[in-house]
Amino acid sequence: MAISPRYSREIPHRYRLEATKFKSGKVYLPTRYICPETGDREFEKITLNGTGTILSYTIIHIASDAYAKQTPFAIAIVETDEGARLTTQVVDCKEDELKIGSRVELIFRKVMEEGDAGIINYGYKAILI
Amino acid sequence: MVGIVGYGAYVPAYRIKAGTIASQWGDDIVAIERGLLMKEKTVPGRDEDTITIAIAAAKNALKRAGIDPQKIGAVYIGSESHPYAVKPSGTVLVDAMGIGPDVHVADFEFACKAGSEAMYVAYSHVKADNMEYALGIGADTSQGAPGDALEYSASAGGAAFIFGKTNVLADVLYTHSYTSDTADFWRREYQHYPRHGGRFTGEPAYFKHLLGCGSILLEKSGMKPSDFAHAVFHMPNGKFPLKAGKTLGFTQEQMDQGWVVNLMGNTYSGSSPTGLTAILDIVKPGEKIFMVSFGSGAGSDGFIFEAQDKIAEVQDLAPKTRDMLNGKKIYLDYGQYVAYRKKIRFGE
Repeated sequence: MAISPRYSREIPHRYRLEATKFKSGKVYLPTRYICPETGDREFEKITLNGTGTILSYTIIHIASDAYAKQTPFAIAIVETDEGARLTTQVVDCKEDELKIGSRVELIFRKVMEEGDAGIINYGYKAILI
Repeated sequence: MVGIVGYGAYVPAYRIKAGTIASQWGDDIVAIERGLLMKEKTVPGRDEDTITIAIAAAKNALKRAGIDPQKIGAVYIGSESHPYAVKPSGTVLVDAMGIGPDVHVADFEFACKAGSEAMYVAYSHVKADNMEYALGIGADTSQGAPGDALEYSASAGGAAFIFGKTNVLADVLYTHSYTSDTADFWRREYQHYPRHGGRFTGEPAYFKHLLGCGSILLEKSGMKPSDFAHAVFHMPNGKFPLKAGKTLGFTQEQMDQGWVVNLMGNTYSGSSPTGLTAILDIVKPGEKIFMVSFGSGAGSDGFIFEAQDKIAEVQDLAPKTRDMLNGKKIYLDYGQYVAYRKKIRFGE
């Protein structure tokens, strides 16, 4: 994110979870135009239903400036029900509630602010369900 | 008839108890709780604002409406805490929900009644056959200065309503609006916190407009308070809506379900609209609902709704308001609260 043109370009996947599905069945979010596993260039666009499972997670204690005031916070690799694997913050929960295998829902939240005067970046985060 | 075809609310998970605020400032919690009739209030998460709250509520409304979002011809968000001074909240919402780009979008502001204002205009568009569906939302992350009485009540949440003519959940039978220039509460450009006229916010502002609107709405409709199963009024604190309702002739029992302020606080533009969603969650077909909002400055919008058979089919399709209020709660201490609300300045 960080600049307006890139932010605008990423709206379909960050706002609406629009992903790419290749002939092999592989699903990617963020969007890819060439399948990294098969080299396939033919894909269809699908919209993820917004639920998935935590494959792994970690707790961030030392973060970059934009996230420094949010520490400690959880980052997880989530596999959506369609098979896409994505990295996302898990919010509205305490560390001891997190488990590998926990079910999550992807919800719409503020991801970062570009200072007090820049644009506000929105996108998906996960909550436990 | 035109009415609500989808509704939804959103309540953040974070809370602060009135007692936590009272102990910070050395206030008498017994007197505070007795005076305001409030136990705790919602607080937006660090990553929540009017836009994220509006979208969460609108998604719940869409689940209940079961319509193609592309058919929504107008989106109005009422709030006094739009994240940008210049750049609409509604544009983010339409792109997040797959509405438009053929859609009319506007952000409204009218203190605590911007939400009912959005509902009123959305309803009017459908009534005028300008479009098939229109979405009106009230959402806020309200501000209250540290140590001010408003700090006990200013909270976060929102409600969304899709208006249409088919598969209606609740018909809009009558509306009325009542407005005058009244300087009871305001926030100037570049100011972080609003100011208010203390006791002047009561009789000359809240009660004059809300009772004025409510009594004319009753007169227009030819109905009496006993004709309604439920009533909801703007909730700046616990006492004002109960006093106003009783003055109009409503009973405590009629107001119980929509009176969410003791657990939620004053969600400003989302206040009476969120109370309305709590009523729609349990209302039975044929029952009537009386609603009057209030926004400082000042004015009130009144609605009379009648629940239809369809309502029973959709009540369980999205989270219910009181379930969210009584569900997961993450309590904050005062230090966390002021950090979440950006009331203190951190070192760079």
